[in-house]
Amino acid sequence: MTIRVREAPDRRVEPPAPDVVGRGPWELAWRRLRADKVAMGSLVVIVLMVLVAVFAPVFAHVTGHPPNMQYHREGLTPDGLPRPPNSTFVLGTDDLGRDILVRIAYGARISLGVGVLATMLTVVVGVVLGLLAGFLRGVVDLVIARLIDVVLSIPFLLVAIALVSVSGPGLTITILVIGMFSWASMARIVRGQVLFLREREFVEAARSLGASDLRIMFVDVLPNVLAPVIVYTTLLIPVVIIVQATLSFLGLGLPAPAADWGGMISEAQNYYTVAWWFVLFPSLALLITTIAFNLLGDGVRDAVDPRIGRLVRPR
Amino acid sequence: MLRFLVVRTLTGLFVLWVISVAVFVLFFVAPSNVAHTLAGRQATPETIALINHRLGLDRPLWRQYLDFLTNALHGDLGYDYYHQQPVTTIIGQAFPITFSLAIGAAIIWLVLGVYNGVVSATHPRSLRDRSLTVTSLVFYSMPSFVLGLGALYFLYYKLTLSGHTWFPAGGYAPLSEGIGPWTRHLILPWLTIALVSAATYTRLSRASMLDVLGEDYIRTAEAKGLGQRRVTYRHALRSALTPVVTQFGIDLGQLVGGVVITEQIFSLPGLGKTAVNAITQQDLPVIIGIVLVASTAVVLANILVDLCYAFLDPRVRLT
Amino acid sequence: MSDPLLVADHVTKTFTARRRASRGGSQVVRAVDDVSLAIEPGETLGLVGETGCGKSTLARCVARLYPLTGGTVRFDGHDISTLSGRRLRPFRREMQVIFQDPYGSLNPRRRVGSIIGDGLAIHHVADGSARREQVQHLMEVVGLNPEHYNRFPADFSGGQRQRIGIARALALRPKLIICDEPVSALDVSIQAQVINLLLDLQSDFRLTYLFITHDLSVVRHVSSRIAVMYLGRIVETGTVDELFANSRHPYTRALLSAVPPADPDAADSREPVVLPGDLPSSVNPPSGCPFHPRCPRRQADCELAMPPLDPVYDDGPDHLTACLHPLRAGEDLSGATSDGAA
Repeated sequence: MTIRVREAPDRRVEPPAPDVVGRGPWELAWRRLRADKVAMGSLVVIVLMVLVAVFAPVFAHVTGHPPNMQYHREGLTPDGLPRPPNSTFVLGTDDLGRDILVRIAYGARISLGVGVLATMLTVVVGVVLGLLAGFLRGVVDLVIARLIDVVLSIPFLLVAIALVSVSGPGLTITILVIGMFSWASMARIVRGQVLFLREREFVEAARSLGASDLRIMFVDVLPNVLAPVIVYTTLLIPVVIIVQATLSFLGLGLPAPAADWGGMISEAQNYYTVAWWFVLFPSLALLITTIAFNLLGDGVRDAVDPRIGRLVRPR
Repeated sequence: MLRFLVVRTLTGLFVLWVISVAVFVLFFVAPSNVAHTLAGRQATPETIALINHRLGLDRPLWRQYLDFLTNALHGDLGYDYYHQQPVTTIIGQAFPITFSLAIGAAIIWLVLGVYNGVVSATHPRSLRDRSLTVTSLVFYSMPSFVLGLGALYFLYYKLTLSGHTWFPAGGYAPLSEGIGPWTRHLILPWLTIALVSAATYTRLSRASMLDVLGEDYIRTAEAKGLGQRRVTYRHALRSALTPVVTQFGIDLGQLVGGVVITEQIFSLPGLGKTAVNAITQQDLPVIIGIVLVASTAVVLANILVDLCYAFLDPRVRLT
Repeated sequence: MSDPLLVADHVTKTFTARRRASRGGSQVVRAVDDVSLAIEPGETLGLVGETGCGKSTLARCVARLYPLTGGTVRFDGHDISTLSGRRLRPFRREMQVIFQDPYGSLNPRRRVGSIIGDGLAIHHVADGSARREQVQHLMEVVGLNPEHYNRFPADFSGGQRQRIGIARALALRPKLIICDEPVSALDVSIQAQVINLLLDLQSDFRLTYLFITHDLSVVRHVSSRIAVMYLGRIVETGTVDELFANSRHPYTRALLSAVPPADPDAADSREPVVLPGDLPSSVNPPSGCPFHPRCPRRQADCELAMPPLDPVYDDGPDHLTACLHPLRAGEDLSGATSDGAA
């Protein structure tokens, strides 16, 4: 081990300098987030929920109850009503005698899957359009800004319901519809930031080096808008999950036998007086997931601390 | 000022026009079964063609849109396919319900949210602050259909079982029947919407209040010896309210087309429920009418917010 | 004398400022107005003037960071004033900029190594470990610890950040470096270090500088020639010695009188001249000579026409002055001649 003297760096003799890696803004934010017990707790809950979704077939295997299997004898009372939680059906059964626990596990796949995919779509579209509008200005900005106005003025839930009912319910259409209407707020946030960033000297510096517009946008400007984007993204996931559940609740989720939380609650609403477990457990699953994401989102916001815009959610 | 109003009105009209085109195209791209539904199961192709002709559905798309547009500019939104009622009448019947729902809910969440926010901000990191923040976050995370069903279970079903028939299971009583029945029918829907929305306001007014309380003029007011209560509510709250007002206007605009779920759960025949029914029946004139009314509410709310902003904050100039 | 490296010919840059609705219309700001100058290889041209006189705009026009409103810029014999995008890129390699703000000009989200190596990546000069090696060498050259390759700009002081900016400008081995007030944001104690670094680099890499500053003691130290700018125009150019000994334009004289003399005990230390008024707005520039409202020597004809930038009295072709009533040698601004007093 040689002791390096700062004043006499002779590169031919010295071995390659050991790296001094600066702690970047992201690493510092991550450290702050790790110190946040509530946020880390929520992260654990989210990871558990993801595991449940991934290993949903294990629930079916261990209980021996496939998600769509109807147990007319063991699963229903002689009057044909759902059975309360017992040793065979840990969380009880639904109106068709299916195992609620197994169906909740399978429902997690849909809620989380749609939540993540639709959010990703939103983020990509919103960031790219916001970046283009803010950076290129001119006609591009004019068109995108008007488009943002239009999308933000549309009564989202009504048109979403209309779109899904016209095209027929399905996963792809749900994701597309959510993405189509959620990108505008993201684009508006990014555009605002970029309008400010493009006047900074480091953008001029990159241009004077000969960087193309595309390179400046994605290499120089994009990393500087990521903080609000990440915060907005974590807070968007629970909203998307709620929207998806709401569409299912209105009968516009996946077609009949598929298990998804909103649909289960919708089926349960006629039984809430006689079978509390039927409505309670899917609601709890939904609620725990959205609360965990919102708490994590709060933590992420505190950790990176930008100011972010509003989220529109169904009421 | 005048220029601002003109420009904003024109952009607003442009936005509404784009939305009308979009909705129109959307429903005509999809195959329509209206005539089939109307004609019944045993309809001959001739009957269906006749119905299509009567509804004007056999004409080219651009022609139908043009007719719609000219009529709409004269205040006529057409007739629904099934009962030949004017769309304006249908909307006129549904609007007061949605409006009652929205206004009541908005007042509740505003008072609740801002009060909680102020309490949280004046006692930051206290037990009260934390529990208020957590409670509002839990409600914020709740889908409104879950909260609505919960309200029905505990406040209607359980109460009625125990002999207290305070709240009905749903439905609407117009204000003409008296303020008592009106309130009784609306209180659960109000609470459902308000509790879900209040969190945003708690968070917003807490953050903005904390900002303002750190300002020099607030310290000056305190140093002068003004009471804590007076400083908080007279001096700080006024300037802290600006972002709250913005959000409030935007939310109120969104509410006209956004209370679909609550109306559905509590069987309130407002705009949302009417629209959902129309959507399932592909009753295009009604859908377009309601979507346009809801979008107009958003556009108007946005203009009003900007106007309020200029009044609240003299530094803002309208261009 | 060799051909000039950079020639700016009648360069004009206007900005349109959109006015509030109540006022109506838009206003045109002439930030740079018909400026011509040439920079010889290996020299340092100091461009001086008050804040807001258009120095930085001129620099950005010359560096083609702004599109020109009028005039041409020739670099190394090629007209680059209308090139854009891909066709401009080869010239960007030869001409680099060091910016004023050591905080704003470094991307806070990128590591120092990738900031300095940015040009190498853009022009595909070196990749991977070769790039890293070059960047670390550059860091040593500008006096940074190469071990700090992976740090972020926030970990450095203002002076160190400016060294990063210098290393970035140096990476592509340019012929011309435009220094836009490179030291004015730094502590005085740091300024000298950075200036000395720039001077060392100039002789090591045979660089040509366009050195923009409002600090005349700096410009005297680094420049071989000086151009004085006032309200978007060049009012006087000449070699350093000529201008400091024998300035013709009243504005130059007033500006130079504010420089503390190199030797405080020298007998000829002049009283600083305080100009009345502020720099006028370039939206509504004064008619005729832009300096006339503040000029102690103004006469009636000054308001009528803009004087051309020409040699006056017995000056050689290198000393140009745009003034109808230039100062004579030894004459001071109050009108008295030191010759007569002696």
